[in-house]
Amino acid sequence: MSDDRAHGRHAGGSFRPHDRVRPHERPGAEPIVTLRGVHKAFGPQQIYAGLDLSVYPGETLTIIGGSGVGKSVMLKLLIDLLPYDAGEIKVFGEEVAQMDGPALLRLRSRVAMLFQGAALFDSMTVEDNIKYPLREHQWGTEAQMDDRVAEVLEMVDMPGIQLKKPAQLSGGMRKRVGLARAIAMKPEVILYDEPTTGLDPVNVRRINGIILSLQERLGVTSIVVTHDMDTVFTVTDRLAMVYDKRIAFEGTPEEARESDFRYLREFVQGGFGVLDEDL
Amino acid sequence: MSSGPIVRFFEALGEISLLAWDTLRAIFKRPFEWRLTVAQLEQGGVDSWSITLLTAVFTGMVMATQFAVGLKPFGATMYTGKLVGIGIVRELGPVLTSLLVGGRVGAGFTAEIGSMAVTEQIDAIRALGADPVRKLVVPRVVAMTIAIPLLTVMADVVGCAGGVLITVAQVGMTLKFSVQTMMEAMLVSDVVHGIIKSLFFGSIIALIACWNGMRTHGGTEGVGRATTASVVIISVSILVADFILTQVLTAVYA
Repeated sequence: MSDDRAHGRHAGGSFRPHDRVRPHERPGAEPIVTLRGVHKAFGPQQIYAGLDLSVYPGETLTIIGGSGVGKSVMLKLLIDLLPYDAGEIKVFGEEVAQMDGPALLRLRSRVAMLFQGAALFDSMTVEDNIKYPLREHQWGTEAQMDDRVAEVLEMVDMPGIQLKKPAQLSGGMRKRVGLARAIAMKPEVILYDEPTTGLDPVNVRRINGIILSLQERLGVTSIVVTHDMDTVFTVTDRLAMVYDKRIAFEGTPEEARESDFRYLREFVQGGFGVLDEDL
Repeated sequence: MSSGPIVRFFEALGEISLLAWDTLRAIFKRPFEWRLTVAQLEQGGVDSWSITLLTAVFTGMVMATQFAVGLKPFGATMYTGKLVGIGIVRELGPVLTSLLVGGRVGAGFTAEIGSMAVTEQIDAIRALGADPVRKLVVPRVVAMTIAIPLLTVMADVVGCAGGVLITVAQVGMTLKFSVQTMMEAMLVSDVVHGIIKSLFFGSIIALIACWNGMRTHGGTEGVGRATTASVVIISVSILVADFILTQVLTAVYA
């Protein structure tokens, strides 16, 4: 894979073709993930009070918002890593809270998650980490799994590191192996929790390129939680801002730039959502 | 608003009971995680034999010394071996082994699982389609339920040998007489009594350590807190369970 393709760049240096029709604008587009009136609290701390959001197939939706507003919680609600208190979350038309064991297993093979710190299993090699979901879902023979491991490592630009342990990898490499593990089952939706946080600019660009590349080559739907505005404007079809326990803004990056919502403006202009009243 | 200690105690009891139930159900799900169980058996059991034997031999010797001194005014030193034998196999063998191994292994389990919890590895297990109870808890509970009784039997033998050593070296009995009186005093039911207790202790150690590990939060500081708490909770639970089991088993065997 050429460097430009790996990084998802198009002619002229931009990451997106200007004439691209965004997935949610396609005629008859139906959302594959919907959240309606979702409430979530941890003890006395209310995180969400009436959250509404839709995600369309093939799009990259970015979730932004200040620290501690529960952006990562939203991703965990989608695959039942956390239960929600009220409201409705449907993924592929099925309500998550109603899913039994086999249905959850099916959901988690179709929706993968890249955790903030990659969450690789320290005691296992890279190969065993990537084979973990394949073995759980009885994906194929050992030889087929070997081939798949090599293939996904190639996709994240890290071929030949099957026998390394996570401790031998840098932060950026761990994120990419985490991504390789997430895509091993060929998911239709990938949830990214702060994929570029703590990485150097080269790795940020590389991860952004991989996110774009997965969308363009495999048609994967991506939901990206991030603080990094470079990531937002590089990979996003639409962005949603969490504010005051709800989605306070939902729109395209262009609409976000033109929005008069003060909190969003601060974010877009690099204030990272820090308003005077927060200080 | 935080709940009081009584509410927290019953919450914890409820959570551990639910984990025990989930673990019991997961044990019978296929495929059983043999490789992980054997690894835990080695880490929790095999690696604990030296501390177990060392504790048992000194406990046996100390008990024999104390009984010999205490029984001497009554001219009853010949009963030293009998008392040491019964005391070791019914009580001190299982309890001391469980306290020591429970502290060592329980802390290790909580630290390992707690670190996985704070780095989202447990969430990752679930997100990748696996069950953390089957992957993390079942192998540890099964391993400790096997390891603690085996270590207890070793501790019984070595503890009694320590007692025999003192009755021969200090009390002046012959080796044959000392062993004979000890063996005559101990019934099979005494040994079984101790082993039944150790089965429960093994499960308690692993369940509490895993439960505390899985609920760990607050980064590395949280892991430290959870590990310390595990050792305390495991120790107290073994002593309380010992009292309850002794009451039940004594009633059954009486």
